[in-house]
Amino acid sequence: MWENEHLIDLKKICKEYDGVKVLKDIDLYIRKKEFVTLLGPSGCGKTTTLRIIGGFETPTSGELLFEGKEISHIPPYKRRVNTVFQKYALFPHLNVFDNIAFGLKLKKLPKSEIARKVDAMLDLVNLQGYGKRHVDALSGGQQQRVAIARSLVNEPEVLLLDEPLGALDLKLRKEMQLELKDMQQRLGITFLYVTHDQEEALTMSDTIVVMRDGNILQIGDPKRIYDEPANAFVADFIGESNILKGTMVRDELVEFAGSRFPCVDFGFGENAPVDVVIRPEDIMLVGEDVGQIVGTIKSVLFKGVHYEMMIDTGAYTFKVHSTSMQPQGSRVGLNIVPFNMHIMKPMEV
Amino acid sequence: MRYDMSLPWWAWALMGAGLIAFIAMIAASIRRNNGVKRSLFAAPYTLWMILFTVVPVILIAYYAFTDASGAFTLDNFRHFWDSNYTKNQLYASLGPEAAAFITRGTVNVDTLVYSLWMAFLCTVISLLLGYPAALFMADRQMKLGPSLVVLFIIPMWMNFLLRTIAWMSLLEDQGLINQFLRWLGFDGVKLMYNSGAVLLGMVYNFLPFMVFPIYTVLSKQDPKLGEAAQDLGCNELKTFTKVTLPLSLPGVISGITMVFMPSVTTFFIPRMLGGGNSMMFGDLIELNFLTEGNWNVGSALSLIMMILILVSLSILRKADPKGEGGGMV
Repeated sequence: MWENEHLIDLKKICKEYDGVKVLKDIDLYIRKKEFVTLLGPSGCGKTTTLRIIGGFETPTSGELLFEGKEISHIPPYKRRVNTVFQKYALFPHLNVFDNIAFGLKLKKLPKSEIARKVDAMLDLVNLQGYGKRHVDALSGGQQQRVAIARSLVNEPEVLLLDEPLGALDLKLRKEMQLELKDMQQRLGITFLYVTHDQEEALTMSDTIVVMRDGNILQIGDPKRIYDEPANAFVADFIGESNILKGTMVRDELVEFAGSRFPCVDFGFGENAPVDVVIRPEDIMLVGEDVGQIVGTIKSVLFKGVHYEMMIDTGAYTFKVHSTSMQPQGSRVGLNIVPFNMHIMKPMEV
Repeated sequence: MRYDMSLPWWAWALMGAGLIAFIAMIAASIRRNNGVKRSLFAAPYTLWMILFTVVPVILIAYYAFTDASGAFTLDNFRHFWDSNYTKNQLYASLGPEAAAFITRGTVNVDTLVYSLWMAFLCTVISLLLGYPAALFMADRQMKLGPSLVVLFIIPMWMNFLLRTIAWMSLLEDQGLINQFLRWLGFDGVKLMYNSGAVLLGMVYNFLPFMVFPIYTVLSKQDPKLGEAAQDLGCNELKTFTKVTLPLSLPGVISGITMVFMPSVTTFFIPRMLGGGNSMMFGDLIELNFLTEGNWNVGSALSLIMMILILVSLSILRKADPKGEGGGMV
């Protein structure tokens, strides 16, 4: 039943370059109209995965299914996917109109239809009247829009986007994130998006795939990935975290930073080593006398919405986000609600 | 006839005035900037260019429009059109019976046409051989590419006269190729002293000038552009015709320029490999200057050649207005 909903299936995909494994048994499926983001640091294999789906790399082993049919040896021009490249790869010898019309002309559509479709695309990406412009005369954001239009005009089943916003400034990037998400929902096209920017992934995605060293660490919706990271790496990569080595004394009692804390986790066994992840915004600052642990404020940084404080408790220096500022050097108590402690098996790596 | 450097007083005056103006410009520039300006570093080169390019061109123009006595004349250009011009003038002056012997000598015009034709062939062959080679060398997937680049460069470390003479020892009747053929039991073949040998020598010498500009442009091309083309529906052939080829045109134009120009003007290759049987325009100019000692006609021929080159350069410049090919256009 679920299987029919899968548009793309990756089954045990491996990729080696000169004996170096860059993808290790990747299993992943993408549903129709889903916005999936591959997230990870550079070198994690996210772009390679995208290029395998786009047809620019062949997997060393494994199966790549598109609507249930094996496609890993079908050339890119026969696949119903289109790619938006990292640095746009617009054709410098063609103007905006001809860049967007490139795919349609190859399909030998009548001229009037090409013109109609290209104009509709220019509308969609807010570039009305730019058809005659030379692509070199456009700003980065405009080039980005042309690249998206050039792919979308072919009405692909899946749009692959390889860090498409990486070259834009922060403000423009945030605008484009919303526009892309909006476009995806309006057109009902499946998006597979590659980025190393966790915030971008959280904002736009239906599903986030966190990757590292050619492995998938966690697949889930943004909220789940943020709230319940599968391990310390995911926790660290998605948002800021305090990551501590700890011991699970028994069910619902954990020891770290020299103190014992009640928690909601169980099933680790007694005296088992664990990783404890606490988000900086989940630590409450209280009076010195009522805190579970006590520390000295080492530094205070103003971050706009909140203050970021480094608090030294002797055993560990916690990063704490709070909207109220305590002066540097003062002693404060730290409280952590059991529900906000994320306890996980230590990472093998 | 006098071919010493005794120019008329006004020619010396002109050159002297130019030199004084040049020095004055430098002096003014130093004064205006209260010190040495950066562009001043170009002064030695500019002076060099004036002395060894501008002045010779002026001299060529001077000789082309004067006769042996220094008087203004257009006879040198008439001589280009009719190589028997002097003789025909004599016949014409001897009366109607002698006038019957007047025939236009077509050797100069024929040689120019032949030169242009040979240069055209050389350019076309170089392009047909050079483009695929450049394409192969620029292909990042080909591990052999960089070694091929070195193979193309190594012969250029040798003087091109030596390389041409080396071809002679290969092609001549007692040369290596014929010796090998005889050793195999075949009859020897005549390989030298024809247009084919000249063409071979030209292509051999000028091919790198076609390959390198194309190679440079191709290797600078973003491989993502090819991928984008494939992504949008191009197969390998269409990717080439719609993206790779149009984007490499600046290199092609630069290559054509750098092969065609020296091909038209070459004179050493046809003399060595053509043995006088296939004289080219460069040989003709050399012949007029050195053998006939007629600097005036030689200068007129040079001037015609220069104008031809300028015209073709301006046509090529239109095709690559931004000069992306990095050539001499």
